[in-house]
Amino acid sequence: MSAVTATNQEAAGDVEAVSPEKAKELRKEKLFSRINKASKFLDIFALSWVTPLLMIAAGDSPKQNLKKVWEGLGIPVLAIIVFLVAWAQLAPQVKTSLGAIPGPVEVWEQAEVLHQDHLQEMDKKAAFDARQDARNEALIAAGRADEVVDRDYTGKRTYYQQIWTSLLTVFFGFFLAVVIGAPLGILMGMSTAMNAAFNPLIQIFKPVSPLAWLPIVTMVVSATVATDSGISKSFLTSAITVTLCSLWPTLINTALGVSSVDKDLVNVGKVLKLKAHTQVTKLILPSALPLIFTGMRLSLGVGWMVLIAAEMLAQNPGLGKFVWDEFQNGSSQSLAKIMVAVLTIGVIGFLLDRIMVALQTMFTHTANR
Amino acid sequence: MNLETFSVERITRRTLLGATTASLLFVAACGGGAPPAEAPTADAPPAESAPVVIPMEGLEKTDLKFGFIKLTDMAPLAIAYEQGYFEEEGLFVTLEPQANWKVLLDRVIDGELDGAHMLAGQPLAATIGYGTEAHIVTPFSMDLNGNGITVSNEVWEAMKPGIPKMEDGRPVHPIGAEYLKPVVEQYTNDGKPFNMGMVFPVSTHNYELRYWLAAGDIHPGFYSPDDVSGQIQAEALLSVTPPPQMPATLEAGTIYGYCVGEPWNQQAVFKGIGVPVITDYEIWKDNPEKVFGITAEFADENPNTTKALTRALIRAAIWLDADDNANRPEAVEILSRSEYVGADYEVIANSMTGTFEYEKGDKRDVPDFNVFFRYNATYPYYSDAVWYLTQMRRWGQIAETKDDAWYDEVAKKVYRPDLYLDAARSLVDDGLANEADFPWDTDGYRDPQSEFIDDITYNGREPNAYLESLIIGLKAGQTVSGGAVQN
Repeated sequence: MSAVTATNQEAAGDVEAVSPEKAKELRKEKLFSRINKASKFLDIFALSWVTPLLMIAAGDSPKQNLKKVWEGLGIPVLAIIVFLVAWAQLAPQVKTSLGAIPGPVEVWEQAEVLHQDHLQEMDKKAAFDARQDARNEALIAAGRADEVVDRDYTGKRTYYQQIWTSLLTVFFGFFLAVVIGAPLGILMGMSTAMNAAFNPLIQIFKPVSPLAWLPIVTMVVSATVATDSGISKSFLTSAITVTLCSLWPTLINTALGVSSVDKDLVNVGKVLKLKAHTQVTKLILPSALPLIFTGMRLSLGVGWMVLIAAEMLAQNPGLGKFVWDEFQNGSSQSLAKIMVAVLTIGVIGFLLDRIMVALQTMFTHTANR
Repeated sequence: MNLETFSVERITRRTLLGATTASLLFVAACGGGAPPAEAPTADAPPAESAPVVIPMEGLEKTDLKFGFIKLTDMAPLAIAYEQGYFEEEGLFVTLEPQANWKVLLDRVIDGELDGAHMLAGQPLAATIGYGTEAHIVTPFSMDLNGNGITVSNEVWEAMKPGIPKMEDGRPVHPIGAEYLKPVVEQYTNDGKPFNMGMVFPVSTHNYELRYWLAAGDIHPGFYSPDDVSGQIQAEALLSVTPPPQMPATLEAGTIYGYCVGEPWNQQAVFKGIGVPVITDYEIWKDNPEKVFGITAEFADENPNTTKALTRALIRAAIWLDADDNANRPEAVEILSRSEYVGADYEVIANSMTGTFEYEKGDKRDVPDFNVFFRYNATYPYYSDAVWYLTQMRRWGQIAETKDDAWYDEVAKKVYRPDLYLDAARSLVDDGLANEADFPWDTDGYRDPQSEFIDDITYNGREPNAYLESLIIGLKAGQTVSGGAVQN
């Protein structure tokens, strides 16, 4: 909204000299074009329904725009309400040995419980730190200052910390996948020989489930990583499993993107006798970028999906382990807590996807310029 | 600002625990939506009385990670943490639940975990090289009893008519496996293999279930070096399921019964999917259960740390059994938190507070169902180790006959009462434990024990004679190969 007022004032400043009628018209047009520009970014974040609202606010005909609002906001909200009602009605009818399947109200309550847990754990952490400070002072007073250590809180990880662990793990795995997948994809795209060499391997390894990779990764990580290296093995195991499963979309799409670069462009590069390095950075990469991003976006999606399974088995303290622990606890709140996790996983997966789309639009936009 | 700092410093361990307990209970009572109560409980001592304890000098390692399996007998670890015993000993411990016993053992061996809540058979099996080989030692035995055998509702209905009844119509306990035998035969005749679950090949549960079955003349099967399924000649087929998954596996019909620690027997009662028929207290009164295992390497490299952690665990065990189990309700509340056992308060309380519920509504007093300290429960007796070794031999996990000296030697290699007594002595000196509570003069062997379900006497000094006295099982000179016993 503030953006709108700002543009209003700005527009008003520009057109002081013109007649009021015309000025109004001009101002409106300028405003519309700005809104249209903004709508591109709103679309990325699934907020396309804001555009027609802004248009109405700027004085466009309400009828046309309200229809858009209805389609963009009304129908989805209605669908969610229908879903919630159906869930609330149907869930209690499924009886398990842990009680009935929780409805939306129970799930929301458990979300609050998890939040309260977090707050309580933070209180305990504060007390831990206070004790630590007192102890350290006493140690200094006793002349044993060399033994003073500031250590992290040793208590349980709260839900938010587990989400954070999962995000770190997935991004680390994804980062490895891109670092391996993109250069290899470029090589494959540029050389038919490389393509022929790698293609069969990719086809064989692509459909392998994370659950099959995990035991192998676990053993290799245990054998090669020193225990006191400071990186937790469960973290590495999960991240590498994510890499192995999310590598393929980036690799394949990069190869495809690079191989479909306009031949004329490549020929021009040859005529100009560009160095290989320059060819890649100036010609091939910019044209292949949209497909590379598509691949990366798919990779991140696959990675996030794989991560939960990997964490469950590797005992990496993220969302996957949360789900597994709650399943094992088998308390009367366990199912509701697991559902909180399911929804969290879904929302985060959606946000990750949107972020990738945003990055894609940003980069490919600049590339086209 | 000043006021705030002041109040933070005033928070002591006890008041904090009280506050957390109160708020947790409050949250639970309000269905979770309410903000936590802030007031500390009335019994908390004034803040000034909690002294700042500085850890003993020379601890080699102060940041430790211990693993556990979600079972109520991990309680000494949770209590040592929550009561601040670890911290007072200068140890900063992170407790981490593990997926299953194998993962737990492997992570202790490769050093990811510094120590763990282990099955009594695990350090012994690892040390003699059955399964993953590594020298594991135990300076502290965690508890006595605490397991039960549960069968599915269907099996219970079939067993029930044969079991003698008391005057009030409830079945007479203990229930022997002879009442299960006709059911097993029925299933076998119908072409359904009688599958049962236990938690690990060298678990106390495996040996207790086998002991119970064999005492009722049901053959639980032999192991051999080339067939480690443990189902050679078996009438009841035993297989591994991790403890927390037992109820779900029973519910799914994959197994017809299981032997597991708490709360997973009581969970079956609460969920209405099975009926516990016997507790291990009735199979072998006051049998040793879990131990705390560390690698021999860790114990050698970190003697002071080992002593400090043993001290903390002994203090936790004392707390758990103090004043006739007066602290148990608080312990149950702690265990019911999702980071520890995580089952509902009522389910854990059912067995931890001196009772045990068999059939739904048939709740009986078993005051010693979980023993953490009394009867010298925490002293690592050599005779306990030898009993587990005899069972490994009985069922063929130890393929060859060994002489009595070998049993003694292995027990002494793994069980370390010297470390235990060292820690206990220093606690007595510090006024934190009573001199009379520890067996200072024992040679590590208990007197012969006779309170088994089949009335056979066990003398740890004579393992081979004991093996001969057992009815089903390998005898001297016998081996198993090609699916049959060879003399």
